[in-house]
Amino acid sequence: MDIDLMLRVYPFFLEAAWTTILLSVLTALLGLTMGTLGAAARLSRFAVLRFIGAAYVSFFRGTPALIQLFILYFGGPQIGIQLDAFEAGVIGLGINAGAYMTETIRGAIISIDKGQKEAGRTLGLSNWQSFYKITLPQAGRLMVRPLGVNLNMLIKATALVAAISVVELTYTAQRYIGSTYKPFEMFLLAGILYMIIIYATGRGVAWLDRKVQIT
Amino acid sequence: MSDKSHFVEIRHAQKSFGALEVLKDISLNVERGQIVAIIGPSGSGKSTLLRAINDLDPLTGGEVWLDGVQVNKNLPHRQYEKHINEMRQDVGMVFQHFNLFPHLTARENVTMAPKMLKGLSSAEADKLAEEQLEKVGMLDRIEYYPSRLSGGQKQRVAIARALAMKPKLMLFDEATSALDPELVDEVNAVMKKLAEEHMTMIIVTHEMDFAASVCDRVLFMDQGVVVEEGPPSVVFKNPSKDRTKEFLRKHLAGAN
Repeated sequence: MDIDLMLRVYPFFLEAAWTTILLSVLTALLGLTMGTLGAAARLSRFAVLRFIGAAYVSFFRGTPALIQLFILYFGGPQIGIQLDAFEAGVIGLGINAGAYMTETIRGAIISIDKGQKEAGRTLGLSNWQSFYKITLPQAGRLMVRPLGVNLNMLIKATALVAAISVVELTYTAQRYIGSTYKPFEMFLLAGILYMIIIYATGRGVAWLDRKVQIT
Repeated sequence: MSDKSHFVEIRHAQKSFGALEVLKDISLNVERGQIVAIIGPSGSGKSTLLRAINDLDPLTGGEVWLDGVQVNKNLPHRQYEKHINEMRQDVGMVFQHFNLFPHLTARENVTMAPKMLKGLSSAEADKLAEEQLEKVGMLDRIEYYPSRLSGGQKQRVAIARALAMKPKLMLFDEATSALDPELVDEVNAVMKKLAEEHMTMIIVTHEMDFAASVCDRVLFMDQGVVVEEGPPSVVFKNPSKDRTKEFLRKHLAGAN
């Protein structure tokens, strides 16, 4: 194994890792937004919204994220959507992650005992007041860990955007293989950097989870 | 409409879940300061009737009136919501499984609704919480989260939470059924105290001794109808209907 080579190219990989992190952060923010909207739609009292929410989830969880990215990036221009690779990556992965987060958020909300809402309604709170003062704070605490799992998956899914030539970690590894002919070292280096990102994120999620729990 | 209205008036209450009719034309009047117990086997409709009083389980037929105002008015959604939220502020409810808010301390459980709905300042709400928790003997646990309280303590906090809204009527839905036997008395003691203060109460219960000792009137329900109704001395000691006798025999057998 050519450790010397790994050390030499490492700064370039580090730069690419920052792109991966930026991509992950933006994807996570978009995903969380879409997940919140998706969960709101799926829990709506209007059947049309429930249907739209369900269709969103089943399409984006039911097809490969790579296909979704290809449709957006390569197919987009055909229907008048012009995006650069990075934008397509964020939007494609964010909408995909949102479908998973929809189910996470919805699951946490429906797992709160309905007696909680009833107790609020009985005191005279409106439906919305009971939701945001009683159900949501409890559901929010339950969501932290599963959303952490979504985040973990989403970070790994950013590797897919190499296929639409976003210069992030995986793409950078591929590019250096072209000049060094050392796929083992290059992919290993990328893998190590992914692991560091994911480990740090996992610790952050665990910290947040501890912080919000009630003792 | 009757010329002399009762404090709580249930007129021809009817409730169906699909083909299943759980309440069949029940009428009931409760006067201010009265305490009424509803007893009966599970599935008799007694909880459904209680939950219809604050429209938590809306009736499919009939009317509920409280203090001269119809509770289950037929209004457009928004107007109904506004109306029912106002009505419910006057009706305290205590649940079998307490339904305390686990993310809030005992104090916050009590202060939340008065702050949100009555515009109390934090200082006013804190004072109110202290008074109400003192009343149920839980002042020393005011900063505790529900997870650190026993069942009996939780239920007492839940009663304080309901009382903080200064209700005109209290509904108890098997308030002691989920408690370990040794914790039942502390909750019963609080309910007795309310009775002494002439709080109007409707109590669904399995505890015949308690019903007999605090209630003015007992209703025995079975299969969606009121089978027998009267003062506890009559319903418990000298019931006239066979179904009542049979139910009481089963229920009192263990106690005697």
